[in-house]
Amino acid sequence: MPATTTYTGPIPKPTPETKPFWDAAKQHVLRIQRCRDCAQHYFYPRPLCPQCLSRNVEWVDCSGRGRLHTYVINYRPPRNFPTQQPFIIGIVELEEGARIMSNIVGVAADPQQLRCDMAVEVVFEDITDTITLPKFRPVSA
Amino acid sequence: MSDAKKLRGSVAIVGVAESDEMGKLPHKSALQLHMEATRNALDDAGLQKSDIDAVFTSGRNMAADLPEYLGIRPRFVGGTQVGGCSFILHVEHALAAINAGLCEVALITHGESGYSRIAMPAPRWGDDSTNNQFELPYGTSGPATGYAFVATRHMHEYGTTSEQLAEVAVATRKWATLNPKAMMRDPISIEDVLNSRPIAWPFHLLDCCLVTDAGGAVIVTSAARARDLKKKPVYVLGTGECTTHQMVGQMPAFNRWDAGIVAGKRAFEMSGVTHADIDVAEFYDAFTIVPMLALEALGFCKPGESGAFVSGQRTAPGGDFPMNTNGGGLSYTHTGMYGIFTLIEAVRQLRGECGARQVKDATVAICHGTGGIWSAAATMIAATEL
Repeated sequence: MPATTTYTGPIPKPTPETKPFWDAAKQHVLRIQRCRDCAQHYFYPRPLCPQCLSRNVEWVDCSGRGRLHTYVINYRPPRNFPTQQPFIIGIVELEEGARIMSNIVGVAADPQQLRCDMAVEVVFEDITDTITLPKFRPVSA
Repeated sequence: MSDAKKLRGSVAIVGVAESDEMGKLPHKSALQLHMEATRNALDDAGLQKSDIDAVFTSGRNMAADLPEYLGIRPRFVGGTQVGGCSFILHVEHALAAINAGLCEVALITHGESGYSRIAMPAPRWGDDSTNNQFELPYGTSGPATGYAFVATRHMHEYGTTSEQLAEVAVATRKWATLNPKAMMRDPISIEDVLNSRPIAWPFHLLDCCLVTDAGGAVIVTSAARARDLKKKPVYVLGTGECTTHQMVGQMPAFNRWDAGIVAGKRAFEMSGVTHADIDVAEFYDAFTIVPMLALEALGFCKPGESGAFVSGQRTAPGGDFPMNTNGGGLSYTHTGMYGIFTLIEAVRQLRGECGARQVKDATVAICHGTGGIWSAAATMIAATEL
């Protein structure tokens, strides 16, 4: 999707500990962190592992595949949100185990079209010249 | 845990009140609503303002702002803000402070211009907050979208239905018809709930709480002092609290309420009461699914069985599990942080002050609330006898 200078939704402002995630997203890579000590992938970015507080953490690229753990269809989009039609917000459980909130795109915002645990894969939406949002779509059968 | 048991019954709630008016109040600020509720709670307790030596409140900067507005110089200040259940946590914190000898008479107060937004704090999240980086860009619309994630997963795993969620809204409205202070008093049917407009699937409008302006206040003191006051003391037998996350995407599990489980476990252990002892339940009902998950978290039913539990209007007037007897956040009032109102109604039920909605012979009550987006939880068990 093309970048636009008139994006009206909330635009993330990276912080030092989250910048590698946003830099990767701009390159259309889903990059999260993994703790080398407790072997857990985690999201959102933090400099120490939120499970064991180890500093021995690394950035790793994800496969981009996951499952739709749960979802909601929002019939009242926030004011100035880019779409004013009902849309889907999902909690995606990545193959690596971490969960991430995102939009589910490429499918109608209809509970009949959605199922918890359905397979999804990442797509990227460039919302500004510097910020790209990872979103997810159903994996076609 | 044996130490916690020593706290059982050590303090009592001796005063409860709402603000002078509740509902849509464009002529009153949030601070004014605090002040009215405080004045009324002191009258209820038969205490003077000068008796208060501790103030507990919630809301951004409120612990700093409020003592000045009320003209109180507390020697113990509690500003724990974990969302709507904060005031139930404050009971536990007041209990701890009173037992430690740091204060004697604690005011817990809430005031919120949730509907009219008069003198309310500015928006909460900056551009570089975790919320604005990882959740708001996906179009979350406040609590409705967040709470719905659990309803969706619960339906998927346990077969919970929209009709079962609607049972809660219908039963709660029946209680509201018996409460003159309730905002919404016209009876509704399950079909009315299912046919109300969608807000955040699977929630319909009538699965969602009200948005109102109101205040509430509660006064807590030592059990010894409580016995000399105006009204029958309501002893705090057990309390518990927990917080697990702030952003709903970080919720540890979407098919259960971990914070609620932790809070409830300690409250029951401290209190020594069993589930069968509970006569009346006041569970924060921001959305119909919330008291259902409270039933599971607290052990009134097994995981996944709350849909069956609430079926057949079991929680309505005349049902065998009286729940949200004031009409709840769904039909009585919901300012934004409802927790204080669970305490007020529990105390009134235990005192026998509830008129048409009085639960007969109620002697033990439980309050349980949520804060944030399933983020925090707090429980209080209270009774008229030790």
